[in-house]
Amino acid sequence: MTGSKDWQRYINPLVLGIPSSGIRRFFDLASEMKNVISLGVGEPDFVTPWHIREACMYSLERGYTMYTSNNGLLELREEIARDLGDTYRVTYNPLNEILVTVGVSEGVDLALRTLLQPGDEVLIPAPSYVSYAPCVTLAGASPVYLKTSVENGFQVTAEMVDKAVTPKTKAMILCYPNNPTGATIDRHNLLEICELARSHDLIIISDEIYDKLTYVGEHTCVASLPGMRDRTILLNGFSKSYAMTGWRVGYAAGNSDFIAVMKKIHQYTALCAPITAQIAAVEALRNGRQGMKNMVEQYGRRRRLILQGFKEAGLPCFEPRGAFYAFPDISVTGLSSEEFAQQLLQEEKVAVVPGNAFGEQGEGYIRCAYAASVEDITEALRRMNSFVKRRVSRGKIITAPFGKAEQKKEGYCQVL
Amino acid sequence: MKEILELLENDARLTFKQLAVMIGKEESEVAGLVKDLEKNKIILGYHTFINWEKAGEEKVSAVIEVKICPQREVGFDAVAERIYRFPEVTTVRLVSGAYDLVVMVEGDTLKEVANFVSQKLATIEHVLSTSTHFVLKNYKIQGTIIEDGEEDRRLVITP
Ligand SMILES: Cc1ncc(COP(=O)(O)O)c(C=O)c1O
Repeated sequence: MTGSKDWQRYINPLVLGIPSSGIRRFFDLASEMKNVISLGVGEPDFVTPWHIREACMYSLERGYTMYTSNNGLLELREEIARDLGDTYRVTYNPLNEILVTVGVSEGVDLALRTLLQPGDEVLIPAPSYVSYAPCVTLAGASPVYLKTSVENGFQVTAEMVDKAVTPKTKAMILCYPNNPTGATIDRHNLLEICELARSHDLIIISDEIYDKLTYVGEHTCVASLPGMRDRTILLNGFSKSYAMTGWRVGYAAGNSDFIAVMKKIHQYTALCAPITAQIAAVEALRNGRQGMKNMVEQYGRRRRLILQGFKEAGLPCFEPRGAFYAFPDISVTGLSSEEFAQQLLQEEKVAVVPGNAFGEQGEGYIRCAYAASVEDITEALRRMNSFVKRRVSRGKIITAPFGKAEQKKEGYCQVL
Repeated sequence: MKEILELLENDARLTFKQLAVMIGKEESEVAGLVKDLEKNKIILGYHTFINWEKAGEEKVSAVIEVKICPQREVGFDAVAERIYRFPEVTTVRLVSGAYDLVVMVEGDTLKEVANFVSQKLATIEHVLSTSTHFVLKNYKIQGTIIEDGEEDRRLVITP
């Protein structure tokens, strides 16, 4: 055997056609370097609170190492139902309306595969979290982007939806608070969109993984809006709010018939979420509220710090109201997102994610996560500041005709 | 105010500007508040937390349980003061239970600490008895784990 078989030709063209993550290339570049300060990490900088870890260790000592039911531990589903009821006044029956998944990631995949047939279209607000479009494609359907921009606060509007809907449109994904923009969505806006979802008979897949990380106003759970519970597949998890990314546990809540079919795929492909993670999640929901709030308070302060930093660096930044990302506009530097991120990494050893990793709608922006220590954020901003100053003063001489771009920015340079 | 105190308790090196941005106030207002807190002795000091052992400096410390006979009018306070004025004494607390004061003493050598206890502390009037426990190892002091080992293990970039 020479091992030179052309494997490419065995691979499903549908999969080959999916571009590999733009983040990946950057990751390789950044991981080769030493002393990099990273604002590129899409996960909490906190370790999972000790009481959660301790509960898991105790369960391991008692031998909880087996499969759970496909649905997930009933105890956990009951806690999830209680939490959703307490927080948003939506009721789900833990027996048949909640499925515990291997993170929201699996929830997204299951919901889409349960829903979609070849030819269907799914509306996705852009810029968007990286996995929605590939999962839609893998399910044989087509992603259709709703291009949000800074002018409308990176919120989808009913108008956008109305324009994009075709007879093939089957569903819409919503993700607020948003990765990568940090945008939240206004309730009235959401109500209008839901009205359209009803009139066009669309299913909404709502990824609310950042719900607890809302700093301005209150989060609206899509399923809690009038008439929406029966049109929504609600996805959430523990990764962000309880700093549990590596545990791999999340859940889907929705109509019992739909959940039953999601479970069918789940039972054949994942069997169940890890029992260790499920036990930890029970502890998080029972006793983790205070610890979670403390973490959210800290993100909230860092959010202000990073916004102030961009203001001083002369990078217009939309005020993020949720998640832990800021999405500043870097076009004043005359660089593309990738050039900015690459040069910033090489010259200043600060890692950020180029906005175009979240779709072309993210071009001209970078994503900076403020799930980092105050010290790191402050130092990263200092370095970014001098990087931008160098570019802007150079740019003034060389690219004077681009002055107009700067003007446009002023209207929305919204800083605290 | 509580927020400022908590932030400073956690990191005394935050500048007024950082504090102001983080809590959404003016820098001058924060500066004024902190000055007041200092003046009113709510903020008692700013210290650096040092792992002396790691710095190569051996120090010996002991926790001492002290039983005392409270006195009319001044209760435990007068005896406590006799004790806490010694520079060797780092902490003095009145506690409930089988003894009255927990006293922490620090010195360069075992002998030094032992001498302090037997010659100074135990001989104070109204001190009924002492029981000395030498510290063998510190795991956590005032909320800080000494050998934490939980450094940032995240990948540099994740979606
Ligand atoms: C919007 C969004 N959804 C889902 C996920 C994945 O979450 P989980 O860890 O629960 O699979 C992420 C993680 O970055 C995210 O940002």
